[in-house]
Amino acid sequence: MKVRVKFSKEGAMKFIGHLDIMRYFQKAIRRANIPIAFSGGFSPHMIMSFAAPLGVGVTSAGEYFDMELTDDSLSSKEMENRLNATMAEGMKVISVRQIPDGKASACMSLVAAADYTVAFREGKEPSVEWKKGQLEAFFAQDSIEILRKTKRSEKITDIKPWIYKLELRGDKVWMQLSQGSVHNLKPELVMEAFAKFLGIELEPFALMIHREEVYADRGEEEIPQLVSLEALGDVIV
Amino acid sequence: MRKLALDDEILLTIEKPARYIGNEINAVMKDKSEVAVRFAMCFPDVYEIGMSHLGIQILYDMFNQRDDIWCERVYSPWPDMDKVMRDKKIPLFALESQDPVKDFDFLGITIQYEMCYTNILQILDLSGIPLLAEKRTWDDPIVIGGGPCTYNPEPLAQFFDIFYIGEGETVYFQLMDLYKEERAKGSSRMEFLKKAAQIPGLYVPALYEVCYKEDGTIASFTPTDASVPASVEKQIVMDITDTYYPKAPVVPFIKATQDRVVLEIQRGCIRGCRFCQAGMLYRPTRERDVDFLKQKAVEMLDATGHEEISLSSLSSSDYSQLPELVNFLMEECDRRGVNISLPSLRIDAFSLDVMKKVQDIKKSSLTFAPEAGSQRLRDVINKGLTREVILEGAGKAFEGGWNKVKLYFMLGLPTETEDDMKGIAHLCEEIAERYYEIPKDQRNGKCQITASTSFFVPKPFTPFQWAPMCREEEFLDRARIVREEIHAQLNQKSIRYNWHEADVTVLEGILARGDRKVGDAILKAYEHGALFDAWSEYYHPEYWKEAFAECGIDTDFYTIRERSDDEIFPWDFIHIGVTKKFLLREWKRAHEETVTPNCRMQCSGCGAAKYQGGVCVESKS
Repeated sequence: MKVRVKFSKEGAMKFIGHLDIMRYFQKAIRRANIPIAFSGGFSPHMIMSFAAPLGVGVTSAGEYFDMELTDDSLSSKEMENRLNATMAEGMKVISVRQIPDGKASACMSLVAAADYTVAFREGKEPSVEWKKGQLEAFFAQDSIEILRKTKRSEKITDIKPWIYKLELRGDKVWMQLSQGSVHNLKPELVMEAFAKFLGIELEPFALMIHREEVYADRGEEEIPQLVSLEALGDVIV
Repeated sequence: MRKLALDDEILLTIEKPARYIGNEINAVMKDKSEVAVRFAMCFPDVYEIGMSHLGIQILYDMFNQRDDIWCERVYSPWPDMDKVMRDKKIPLFALESQDPVKDFDFLGITIQYEMCYTNILQILDLSGIPLLAEKRTWDDPIVIGGGPCTYNPEPLAQFFDIFYIGEGETVYFQLMDLYKEERAKGSSRMEFLKKAAQIPGLYVPALYEVCYKEDGTIASFTPTDASVPASVEKQIVMDITDTYYPKAPVVPFIKATQDRVVLEIQRGCIRGCRFCQAGMLYRPTRERDVDFLKQKAVEMLDATGHEEISLSSLSSSDYSQLPELVNFLMEECDRRGVNISLPSLRIDAFSLDVMKKVQDIKKSSLTFAPEAGSQRLRDVINKGLTREVILEGAGKAFEGGWNKVKLYFMLGLPTETEDDMKGIAHLCEEIAERYYEIPKDQRNGKCQITASTSFFVPKPFTPFQWAPMCREEEFLDRARIVREEIHAQLNQKSIRYNWHEADVTVLEGILARGDRKVGDAILKAYEHGALFDAWSEYYHPEYWKEAFAECGIDTDFYTIRERSDDEIFPWDFIHIGVTKKFLLREWKRAHEETVTPNCRMQCSGCGAAKYQGGVCVESKS
């Protein structure tokens, strides 16, 4: 049986990188005595996969991994409780849900979009007015071009099609961006483009980024229909 | 949530921020207003190394069992962090509370190897604690050192308030209670230290005076206060089953060097290799009860979620209940999908059978530690491993499918001749030949023999404490002889050879048998910039050379000089059970190339029997 785990990562845990978070959960799953399935061989490994790596320094309320279980003896509630009994401060398991078997349902391949909230660190807010319609004007442009530097070349790219939503929420910027293997847009890039639009440059470490949710796209062809990865699973009772 | 000592900007700029944030699983949080004593436990090396140390995990658990004590951890900030802390004047902090170390009552530093001495000064310096003990006041923690290097604490004497000689489980609580009492009474720091020095095993260097002869050796070592004992007795736990052992070790977020559950099955070693300090310091050999170990293994795997368990001891094969323990672990670990790692096992039928079950033989290698290339020299060092045993073990292993062998040797051992050095190459060749005796269709490609040599450093409390050490060039010449001889072998293509750095070995030798005078040079070297000397990329021999020159120290005095039988050593005031008389007898027997049987075969009267336990009792019952 396959289950999907949704967790949050806040506070000091934002300094733990993706690979170490994977190791962290491998140990947590053992401590919680969850009946996870192993591959064979001399050094068996747990059958689990993570949805979308989160950068160091970024917090999140919606992280995901899938794992294969050897039996269906435990309810969602039981697994959530067991895992939460052994979490470090800043880590919380939000839900454990059953998902369909098979490769098509793997969280990694489903990732299509994510919501982010971006705040400015105290003392590092933009030096110009930015909360009086500037964000809306920025998003209303026909195209938002940025210079993308790769090892070999520099390329001007229009990121506008990959920004699904962009709004001011209080003192923070909320955005929904294209994610996954096709177009993976980072919120930093959007904020850099916005700063350029304002005619300023962001100070180093100005942004505090928080991921809110990760989505799959269940729509037909051109019309996207975003569904959270959590909603694709069923509660085990 | 806890407030971190470092802000985001720093943590996002330095390497591996997880080294500094604490918050690990099983880390202990307490309310600081509700404890009487705050203890900062430090391993003076980088986090990943320090977190792999079992001793700290044991003491951390022991201290934190008491409601009135909060023990936290401190490690050496890596050079990138060291720079930030100095630039921004950020005081060194403990991981749990993130509070400055200077606010603590105790700073305990475990001293595991000589090359961390400058890191100790870094810890003090970054904490804002005066480097010299004599300059400290009650505004500073009591700085206490423990671990193997404290068996010659003299080079570090001026930097520590107290040294704890022996195993941490014994008198720490006595010291904590004394501290609480004396602080409540309003005693001075010196009054407290004088009382601490009366607790067995605790050495307060400020209360002793050393006089030197004209030739630089010690004339006398005496207490300056009548209340203080003239010698310090090693403290050890005689029942190592009914004692402290963590149920839930701290689990780091980043991969530590030892990323596994560690089960210490016994302390001490029955073997008596003459170069080995641990083998003498931790006598008598004491085994933990097998049922206790089984229970601990299960508890620790449950509480940590580690995917590997390892046995720890100086010589696991000598643990009398090994088959029972290993069989239990194999079953338990198989059920859990946990790996077993079995270091320091003698290669025999039992261990090969076990290894076949727990490792992938295609990937794993066999390890032998003959330490010397010839039987003559192995007799000198009392290493009971013979050529026949090695060849038989290797042969069995080759037939079982292994094709990789690692061999560890030392160069520069007392009485070593060119024949002994070349013997390393010949032994490798014989092993290779043994492999190629197996019919081609039954063997697994070519064999891979890796010989590694380290350079011998005479250590205090060993029969070789009288021995001269080689100079740097002599070491390298010897390594060249080995290399050339290996190249001259028929199967040289199957043999790889590597050797340890020589310059760092010489420094280790100076510090290992150093006296109080060497302390000035440690301070100077640190001031010049020496730090992380154990890390070759950060080791700068020139800092040390300058330091010794400025202090007028002739390093040859500590290294190449052969000591006379009656010389007073800086560490003679420490009593470890094993007597100097026994060590001297062993030193003579080494020259006669006479082996001494191990403790189970026959008691050699080393002196450890005075503790009335462990193998000393077992062999007589």
